[in-house]
Amino acid sequence: MIRIEDLYKSYNNFHALKGINLHIAKGELFAYLGPNGAGKTTTIRILTGLARLTSGNAYLNGFHIEQEKRKAKEQSGVVPQLINLDQELTVFENLDIHGRLFQMRAKERGKKIHKLLGYVELDQRKDNLVKQLSGGMKRRLVIARALIHSPRILFLDEPTVGLDANIRRRIWALIKKIQQSGTTIFLTTHYIEEAEFLAERVAFLNEGRIVAIDTPQRLMSGQGTWAIDRVDDDDIKTVYFKAREEAKQFIAMQQESFTLRRVNLEDAFLALTGKKVK
Amino acid sequence: MIRGWDAVYYRELLILKRRFPKMLVSISVSPLLYLLAFSYAMGNQVRIEGHTYLEFLIPGLVAMSSMTRAFAIGSEINVARFYWHIFEEFQAAPICEIAYVLGEVLAGITRAFLSVGVILILGLLFGVVLSCNYLFWIAIFLNSFVFSSLAVGLAMVVKSHADQAMLTNFVITPMAFLGGTFFPVARLPLWAQKVLFYLPLTHASKAIREASYGNLPDVFSYLLLAFIGCFFIFMSIYCVKTARE
Repeated sequence: MIRIEDLYKSYNNFHALKGINLHIAKGELFAYLGPNGAGKTTTIRILTGLARLTSGNAYLNGFHIEQEKRKAKEQSGVVPQLINLDQELTVFENLDIHGRLFQMRAKERGKKIHKLLGYVELDQRKDNLVKQLSGGMKRRLVIARALIHSPRILFLDEPTVGLDANIRRRIWALIKKIQQSGTTIFLTTHYIEEAEFLAERVAFLNEGRIVAIDTPQRLMSGQGTWAIDRVDDDDIKTVYFKAREEAKQFIAMQQESFTLRRVNLEDAFLALTGKKVK
Repeated sequence: MIRGWDAVYYRELLILKRRFPKMLVSISVSPLLYLLAFSYAMGNQVRIEGHTYLEFLIPGLVAMSSMTRAFAIGSEINVARFYWHIFEEFQAAPICEIAYVLGEVLAGITRAFLSVGVILILGLLFGVVLSCNYLFWIAIFLNSFVFSSLAVGLAMVVKSHADQAMLTNFVITPMAFLGGTFFPVARLPLWAQKVLFYLPLTHASKAIREASYGNLPDVFSYLLLAFIGCFFIFMSIYCVKTARE
């Protein structure tokens, strides 16, 4: 569904992407994980037509993003990192304009808007101005907007950034629901738990390069199953263990108190890059 | 090729509708002040080209206002682009650059026509009835086409709200005062007339004024405005293409 071949992007002398290769299957929920500045948003901007690629190729549902630009754009919906809704217009009007941009007929637009507003639980807010909505509602509205033309691929660029834990979990449930309807989802995030909870496969992106792609379980298993963090000269050192008993024995031998936790994707990222994701 | 222009235009119309009462007050203030000030200052004593000063002034205000209101679409685009990031929605949609430019240019022209309507009503209140024939409306259309097209292109080039304000100060304000709005360009020194000949507003004022007097305006003014408008619209399409980063 999404194919990226040897993708490079440079801004003057800065190389934002250095040869990205990816293949994401139909219906897959794929997470692109990396720290700020790793190239996550640049990849999405190129795939959605907001930026030009420097070299390489990318295809959305078989359509080349540069040579068949319009067809490629029809395949995807975008939820950008920054909420880009018309604040002075109503919830309905925002969705209606988007439907018009995708050349949907009036009847079809009306039906789809009604359905989607129910789907994202905003049906009671249809005639409210966007500026009257909360942050979580705006985020759900942006997701509904991205879905109005029934895209096969949904790009979610840090969809829960700045939202509190409760709203974040509601958005996760919504993303899962969208995937279950058969939509391919490309998610960028720097929230470890988001990638772990949602993604079927994860790519680690560091300084414009993919350093690993696999299922979250396989990526994490390389480090063991359990971890203990300890503060060592203003830094946190982590010790990994295959079994819980092994970790407990280690703690018993120490004089300080430690917290035992399960290994997460952050540990896997740290092991591969020497950096933290957040 | 241009599908999607109607969505861009429709969005601008909705915003216009929402802001209409405020906008109506805003577009009425300056012309009302000019009319009040000049009607008291000049009265009916001052005559220019055989007409009272108000009869001379109102077509000039029509030209100036249609220019400034059409150009103001640039500020709207600027806010939508840098503040609300709405331009990205258009960039991600399957519409071409021409459709975007066309939608925004038409929105600028619509705003210009609204402002002209306000001035004509104010003119009636001051007892001035102009001949609003088709040549009058064509001249207004071409004038707003020129400045709306210019505004869309420049809105893609500027990098901030401050740059946008600076452009208005350097491009629009001097033209508004020197383009034949308040006095006949023919009364200026020859060198100044030669310079002002190249300003689109000079030709727009001349054409609108002549048409409103019921005279036949110079065809050259119409052709020149149409040519400049087409040039600016191509420039805007290019600027929208290059804004994709």
